[in-house]
Amino acid sequence: MKKKPGIFAPFGEIPPALEAVLLWASFLLPLAVWAVVSYVPFVWHPLVRITEPAGVSYFRPDTLVEKKVFAAENEKLAAQGLPLAKGVPANPIFLPAPHEVAQAFHKSFTTPPRRKGEPWLHESLWHSIQIIFWGFFWSSLFGVPLGILCGTFKVFSRLGEPVTDFIRYMPAPVFGALAVAVLGIYDAPKIAIIFIGTFFQQVLVVANTTRKLDTSLIEAAQTLGASRPQILFKVVVPGIAVDLYNDMRILLGWAWTYLIVAEYIGASSGITYFINQQAKYRIYDNVFAAIIMIGIIGFTTDRILALLGAKIFPWQKKSDKPGLWKTLRARRAALPA
Amino acid sequence: MNYLDQSPQVAERFAKLRQRPVILDVQGLTKTFVTDGAEHTTLDRISFQVFRREFMCVLGPSGCGKSTLIRIIAGLDTPTGGKVLLDGHEVTGPGPDRGMVFQSYTLFPWLTVKKNVMFGLRMAGKSQYEAETEAREWISLVGLSKFENNYPHQLSGGMKQRVAIARALANRPRILLMDEPFGALDAQTRAQMQSYLLEIWKNVDVTILFITHDLDEAVYLSDRILVLGTNPSRVAEMIEDPVPRPRDRSQFVSEPFLATYARLGELIHPPTEEQQERLPITRLTEVGDDVE
Repeated sequence: MKKKPGIFAPFGEIPPALEAVLLWASFLLPLAVWAVVSYVPFVWHPLVRITEPAGVSYFRPDTLVEKKVFAAENEKLAAQGLPLAKGVPANPIFLPAPHEVAQAFHKSFTTPPRRKGEPWLHESLWHSIQIIFWGFFWSSLFGVPLGILCGTFKVFSRLGEPVTDFIRYMPAPVFGALAVAVLGIYDAPKIAIIFIGTFFQQVLVVANTTRKLDTSLIEAAQTLGASRPQILFKVVVPGIAVDLYNDMRILLGWAWTYLIVAEYIGASSGITYFINQQAKYRIYDNVFAAIIMIGIIGFTTDRILALLGAKIFPWQKKSDKPGLWKTLRARRAALPA
Repeated sequence: MNYLDQSPQVAERFAKLRQRPVILDVQGLTKTFVTDGAEHTTLDRISFQVFRREFMCVLGPSGCGKSTLIRIIAGLDTPTGGKVLLDGHEVTGPGPDRGMVFQSYTLFPWLTVKKNVMFGLRMAGKSQYEAETEAREWISLVGLSKFENNYPHQLSGGMKQRVAIARALANRPRILLMDEPFGALDAQTRAQMQSYLLEIWKNVDVTILFITHDLDEAVYLSDRILVLGTNPSRVAEMIEDPVPRPRDRSQFVSEPFLATYARLGELIHPPTEEQQERLPITRLTEVGDDVE
């Protein structure tokens, strides 16, 4: 009757070695699909890249034509007894192959801007990071204390949370036009969009985290003679520090999702501007590289913050320390119901 | 032997005890809760006095409101009626003069053992140096000097409660309130902690009010045992524990211990109730060997 638990036991554990393999596979599988589509000629490849135009007037080397058109032209040539045009199967230009994108990581940094005065990629990226930073900074400066107050005192909670909850359902981008009207077309309205997108969620998330603090710690502090301000600053704040820190990491991730919209507002700027320009010039490998770069920057920042957290909060149990998998999972569990 | 019989030494000890000043005076404490419009009385006119340096256990079946009682004394809950006097002054809220050890572990997880014990001293405005020196003494009193720089999660349950005791005592409370502090520990650790506690109580000038539902624990630790009844809970009886001091675990089979234990059992589980609570047993399968 006894069955081994196996890796498909509901809610079961899996061996750590397998976990590591799966982690890699999770990144490599999509890459493999991409590689197959790019490199195996009979998979997809709806176009033909001309190598020898032969007699067709509008064929040039490296032109991409549809398979049907290519076949039709060759039929005409064959009927006239002329040499046939030659070509190789190809994908549309908007799907560059992995190696092209990999090269673009270098190329996109070294290609000078097409027009004078346009930013280089590193300038665009740096600009985006600054927008995120300031948006998140201003949001946290007000959102965290407010969240803690709401979580600690019912008066603040009942006064502040209903309206916050109401506003958080308004998508941040709808404030775009208003932000431009009030703050001009440069960085200020973009920072404002990040702020609006983050702040209202932040107040609620922090309030929720504060409420989850074990109340027996507050009671213990009271029986040890702590005054109300002491309870707030010596018990509540350090008591929620670890969870607060992890909330901030998740919220920072959300701030990134508002970046692209924010950068469209007013004078387009930053990484969004770069991506749009490259798309206009049809340099899609650069577009892909830039998109992947956003992912890498976000992911790396989060990992660094996670490792830093383990150093800042030495009182965490080992099992509570954020592993890579935990970091990924935490993202989904953040919002209050 | 009757639990009321006291050996001459024990009788003399109680005579002395009664002459000591009253530290805690609980007068007609009543607590009612309203749930779904219906009123529940958990505590019904509870009155008793605790003398200086006394070790009193409050014993009662679970759900009898022992915890509510101690929380009101600590100032964490407010009574519906009656009052609590500490040294003649009415209790209006929590304060460091009534140290409390909870059943759940309430050490601050972000502070080391030493910083936990220093917490109350720092709140009272003592300097870092002063607080640290005093904290060290209390930590050594509970035998955890080696662990002063450890975080709570690195300690066992028993060690955590020892730190909690040191932390409460560091404030030099008039009375130490303990709400089933060893309830979450395994039997062996609990026995050890009881002996530690008696040792600490002997060496520190403190009065202890100790909540428990464990009869052995009550008889082993107490000077007097306050037995609460249920629904609503009233003072069922105040028992003077006839087991002579100093106590040790060999006394668990001594006559006064067993007599007191038997009496507590009667008070907590009245015999008629026990018969009613017998489960109806139905045989669902063929039972081969009869174990009875």
